[in-house]
Amino acid sequence: MGNGTSIGRVRGLGSAHEGVKHWWHQRLTAGSNLLLVTWLVVSLFRLPLWNYKALVLWLSSPWASVPLVLAVISVFYHLRLGLQVVIEDYQHDFTRVIAIVLLNFYAIGGAALSIYAILKVAFQGAIG
Amino acid sequence: MARNPGRPLSPHLTIWKWGPHMLVSILHRATGSAMAVGGGILLAWWLVALAGGEASYARFIDLMTSDSNGRLNWLPAVILIGLTWSFLQHLCSGVRHLLLDTGAGYELKTNKSGALATLAISIILTILIWAVIFTRGAL
Repeated sequence: MGNGTSIGRVRGLGSAHEGVKHWWHQRLTAGSNLLLVTWLVVSLFRLPLWNYKALVLWLSSPWASVPLVLAVISVFYHLRLGLQVVIEDYQHDFTRVIAIVLLNFYAIGGAALSIYAILKVAFQGAIG
Repeated sequence: MARNPGRPLSPHLTIWKWGPHMLVSILHRATGSAMAVGGGILLAWWLVALAGGEASYARFIDLMTSDSNGRLNWLPAVILIGLTWSFLQHLCSGVRHLLLDTGAGYELKTNKSGALATLAISIILTILIWAVIFTRGAL
């Protein structure tokens, strides 16, 4: 391994082994979003009413609450990956790090809050 | 990482004639960002309001709808219609991107009609969805 040229210094050190992961996960979650959010829209339109009782009854079934939890995970992961690219394109100094930390807080916090809410409704059932 | 201001910047945005592919490209980013922030917050808010019980959900609906006829207020309506169109536009141009990823659809005519198709489909579906919602009446 040489010390002279930059190619000489990196040759043989291997890659970071994660360059493709972001790209691939963005497409993977694009596919799962396509299925799960389309299911959500169709499922909401199949409800006869959109009042409190109708929504609680709908979410008390695992056939609604489980896909909705999966949709929340898929959507918040996809938006985290997408906004990361937007931030990296426009923020070039230390604000980039702050913005990405805030993005991670938002994505994980939003997903956790949504999942907790879905499960609370699901486990309470249609009583009340 | 900071750009050296002494060096010239290629006039990449200002010299090209705008075409549908450029519009759809920037709309993909704009609609994605709008949904990521607005849609994400609204989704979590809606679910938390629902989980809070009947009174908490009633407050959420009260905020979104008019007291007199139970229909959506104009601001939530504009936001929800905007998010619906954003979702459909992002979905259509996302599917277009998945096809472009395979290396297909870069011929000038195909590329242009693909871009125009995403706009046509998203606008038509938005109108259809909201026609159904408004004919269903009060939420």
